This record gives sequence, C-alpha cells and structure tokens, in this order.
Amino acid sequence: MSEHTVKSYEGELEAISTSVAQMGGVAEALLQGAIDALQRRDSALADRMIESDRRIDELERVIEGQAVKILALRQPVGVDLRLTVTALRISNEIERIGDLAKNIAKRALVLNRENPVRLTQGLVRMGRECLSQIKAVLDAYAARDAESAMAVWRRDEEIDELYNSIFRELLTYMMEDPRTISLATHLLFVAKNLERAGDHATNIAEQVYYLAKGAYIGEDRPKGDATASASVPYEQAS
Amino acid sequence: MTLWLALVLIALVALAAGAAGYALSRRRASPPAAAAAQAPQAGLAEITAVLQALPHATVLLDETGRVAAKNAAAAELTGAAVGKPFAASFRVPDLLAAIEHVRDGAESAEAAFTLPVPVERSIEARVAPVEVGGRRYQLAFLHDITAMVRVERMRADFVANASHELRTPLTSLSGFIETILGPARDDPDATGRFLEIMQAQAQRMRRLIDDLLSLSRIELNEHVRPAAKADLAGIARDVVDAAQPALNRAGIKAVIDVAEGARPVTGARDELLQIAQNLIDNAVKYGGEGGDIEVNIFPSADGAATALSVSDKGPGIAREHIPRLTERFYRVDDAMSRERGGTGLGLAIVKHILNRHRGRLEIESEPGRGSKFTVFIPVWQPGAA
Ligand SMILES: Nc1ncnc2c1ncn2[C@@H]1O[C@H](COP(=O)(O)OP(=O)(O)O)[C@@H](O)[C@H]1O
Ligand SMILES: [Mg+2]
Repeated sequence: MSEHTVKSYEGELEAISTSVAQMGGVAEALLQGAIDALQRRDSALADRMIESDRRIDELERVIEGQAVKILALRQPVGVDLRLTVTALRISNEIERIGDLAKNIAKRALVLNRENPVRLTQGLVRMGRECLSQIKAVLDAYAARDAESAMAVWRRDEEIDELYNSIFRELLTYMMEDPRTISLATHLLFVAKNLERAGDHATNIAEQVYYLAKGAYIGEDRPKGDATASASVPYEQAS
Repeated sequence: MTLWLALVLIALVALAAGAAGYALSRRRASPPAAAAAQAPQAGLAEITAVLQALPHATVLLDETGRVAAKNAAAAELTGAAVGKPFAASFRVPDLLAAIEHVRDGAESAEAAFTLPVPVERSIEARVAPVEVGGRRYQLAFLHDITAMVRVERMRADFVANASHELRTPLTSLSGFIETILGPARDDPDATGRFLEIMQAQAQRMRRLIDDLLSLSRIELNEHVRPAAKADLAGIARDVVDAAQPALNRAGIKAVIDVAEGARPVTGARDELLQIAQNLIDNAVKYGGEGGDIEVNIFPSADGAATALSVSDKGPGIAREHIPRLTERFYRVDDAMSRERGGTGLGLAIVKHILNRHRGRLEIESEPGRGSKFTVFIPVWQPGAA
C-alpha cells in the first residue's frame, strides 16, 4: 500500500497500480454515496461525500510522486513504462470522476431542500449504470484485461441513451410547469455529470487496453442509429 | 458475528502456537535462514484450511497489505489472490482504512459498506490483528448481511408501492358501491353493469398483489444464484401452449424456432417460465395487432449463454422509453396498459429474475415495425453458482 516503503523496482510498480486501484475505490464510494444521498434524501451523507473528495486529491498526488520517482530513477521501458504512464493518466480520469461525484453530492444538498420528485428515479438508475461501468473498468485494470476494457468502452452508449431519455423527460416537465425549472435544471446537471463520468470510464478503458496490448483501441465507438436498443444487465431495483 | 470472530481467533492462536513450535523444531535441523523463510508458510497452509471451513469470507493480510491466506468465499466476494495486494482487487475505502488502523496497532476495527453493483450487497466487516510464526497479520472477516437488509427494505418498498397502486382500483370500487347503495339502488341494469366493472377492478387488484408478491420473492433471493439445469425450448413451448387462448383471441400464432446448438441453461425453471410468460404476454398484448409473433432460442455469440427472443410486428416502442421499461410501474401508455390488464411490473419482474440468474435483457425496437426482447441466460455448468 502507498504508505509503505517499497524497495524493489517490482514493488514500486505494484505499489503504483495498487494506489490507482485504491484511488478508484474512493471515487466509486464517493459516486455511490452521492447517488444514495440523492435517492434517500440524506444530506448528512452528501456532506460526508463532499468532504471525501479530498482523499482523492491526496491519492492523486501520491501517484504522481510514485510515477515521477519511477520515471526518474528506473527509466522504465516497455510494459513498465506503459504501466507508469497509464497510472498517471488513469489517476487524472479518476480525479475528474471524483469531481463530478462531488458536484452531484452538492446538488443533492440543494434538491433535498425541495419537495421530492419521481424524476430522481431515472437518475438513480443512470447512476447505477455509471457505477457498474466504473467498477467494470477498474476490475479490468486490476486484471489487465483488455477484453473487459473493450466491453466497457462499447457499453458507454447505454449511459448516453439513458441521458437522452432523462433529458427529454425533464424538458417536458419544465414546459408543463415553469415553476419547476430551477429544480429540473439541477436534475439535468446531475444527469450531465453522470454522463460525463461515464465518458471518463471509457477513457480509462482506453488506457487499460493500451496498458494490456501496447496499442490503442482502433475501431470507432458504435453510435446510436434508427434502431434503438438497450441492454439491461444486472442492476438494482429503481 | 462476534462469536464467529472469537472462534476464528481461538483457532488461529492455536495454529500460530503450533507454527512457532514447528519453526523451532525446524531450526534445529536446517540452516536458520531457510527455516525463517519456510516456517510462516507452514502455519499459513493450516490457517488456509481453517479459513476454508468458515462460512463467511475471510482474508489474512500481511504487513505489506498482501493476501497471505483466504477462503473461497473471500476470493468470490473480493477477488483476493494469495500474494497479491488486497487493495488492488478490493477497493472499498472504509475496509482498507479499517485494515490500516489495525496494522497501525488498533485492537480491532469495523467497517460497514454496500457494494452497489452488479447486485447490491451489504457487508459488515471486522478486522483484528493475529500473530503467526512470529509475524503480524490482519484478519479481515466479511459478513454478508444482504439478506437481512433486503428483508427490511422490501417491507418498506412493498407497503409504499402496493398502497399507491392499489388505491386507484379501490377508490373506484368504493365509488361504485356507494352508487349501487345510493342513486342506482332501484336500477338493476345499472347495477349489473357496475358489478361487471367492479369485478374487473377486483381482478386488477388481485393481479397487482400477485405481481408485487412475486417481485418481493424474487428480490429476496436475488443474490443467490440458482444452480439447477433448465431447458429454454421446453419452457417456451409450455408458455406458448398456455397462451393459446389469448393468441386465438388475437387471431395470431406464435412460432417457435430452436436453433442448432442451443444448450440448456443454469436457472430456476419456474422463474424462467415467468420471463417467457411476461415477454410473450407483452408481445400479444402490445404487438399482437401486427400479426404473428416469433420466439427464437439460440446460442449467444460467445457461446456462454443461451438466448430466448420474442419478436412482434406491432407498433414498437419509441427509443426514449426503452431504457426505462424495466422500472417498476413504468408504462409507455398508462391507460393502454391498464385496459389490457397490465400492472407495469412484468418487465421489472423479468429484470430481477435475470439479475438473479446473472443474465441480461436486450430490447430492440423500431417504431412502426415491431419490438424484440431478448434474454440471455448463462449455459448450464454442473456445480455453477
Ligand atoms: N412488445 C411490446 N410492444 C410495445 N410495447 C411494449 C411491449 N412490451 C412492453 N411494452 C411496453 O412496456 C410497458 C411495461 O411492460 P410491463 O413491465 O410488462 O408492464 P405491463 O405489461 O403490465 O404494462 C408496457 O406498459 C408497454 O407500454
Ligand atoms: Mg407485461
């Protein structure tokens, strides 16, 4: 673990990827907490989550330190170099996910002061989809599994579909009753934040693929066409 | 849980003493360096055997945070692998903090957390220090309390959903009763008509209660994978046979096609039946005016699952609704669903059964051309789950 001194080169490489996993874990917990805070209208939880974003920044610095040390003292090549560079890039992506999650927690604080709306249901679902993408990509990172990373990369479309659906629903809602505009705007930003968190998961997937294969994902990501589709893998009751 | 931990600790202390004795006896026979390297190893093998006998996920971590020993339950829950840093595979910050706390000298530490995906699990963890062969370790004990948490939440959800959905037919029932007792008292024609409506409302309430109960039952067991072998083709045939009266009323046929190489799946037959029933029922109800429906059983592209798809040539579903269809009580058209005897729970039930089976649902639809619902169920493997 990051706090412990490691002597061997091998150990340093292992330590940096463990730090990345750990940082990912904090981001996962933060996003999960932010979604729970929204769903259960739990402002105390939202406050705790906003606070825990600091731990992410802390870990990002730790990883930066580890990477700089490896690059300067070990002059890594090949897979070791990829590991070090992707650790840096992935930690940047995780930091962004943490920021977005923190932002959701902040909006939860505002929304919890208003009357409850059914519309948060769709957001909670989208949040879960996002979480499962992030979990899958961090698992793929731990296992250096390019195939699973590809699967995450391809599935981003589903989050986009959910986003479009929620976006339309919120628009209708605002048009029907203009008094709800400020409330709905907060919900819209939550959806936007989730959609972007999904994009960062996809970026991590690209890095995991690069780490495992030494090449970048070549094909174009599928984009929506006339035939709408959605796959509904294991997820939670809404 | 405290009792279990106490038992584990007693067992481990006994083993540690044994390992130390072993180390001593080895030291006499071989050079000290080799003995020091082997002695803890020997103690750990026995500890692994003890951990294996425990019903809950348990891992033993060394001072560098690596997994020194684990049981199968822990490997399944956390992905822990001996020799690998625990934090690399299991990233829960609260648990890692508790472990660190104990490594820094605490007598014990606790952490409670939920794993939201793929299926929500609630865990209570306890960490305690142990010494084996003169080295310090942390023992993390993970108690899965999902079932308990689910029972609690289910009760609350059930009451909230049921009361909301049952209120509508109940209000209409009492309205008609008042009318029959009051203004329509001497009007047998009206009374007869009203009684028919009341009967339909009562049936609707019964369907709702049935669906809600079946949803609760499935959810209770959602984290337990079924282990039986089931045959999707036979299931599809049974469901189509049972749906014959409805098909006749709609004046259409259901054509079943079983592709070469479609293998049996791992699943609970009665629940897979419910999936097929809901999908075929929906195809007849919402897509039947487009003509015959098709049921296809075929192996998935990667061969890991067998798929069952139900296609209709009905009006289809606009794309913005598709990701939402499996939410409870989500209907594209409330009035139409009610009129056709829907509860809005069918696809939610399908989703939860699939969760339990680690399966997947794919919905494809093009407005004006029809819809296709495909479920993928993992193929049967002896001793899966
Ligand atoms: N084959 C289909 N064609 C068109 N719409 C469908 C089809 N299957 C389901 N739907 C839509 O999805 C909604 C949810 O389905 P379901 O959960 O089974 O609830 P219910 O049938 O009780 O209304 C339905 O109300 C309907 O609007
Ligand atoms: Mg239905």
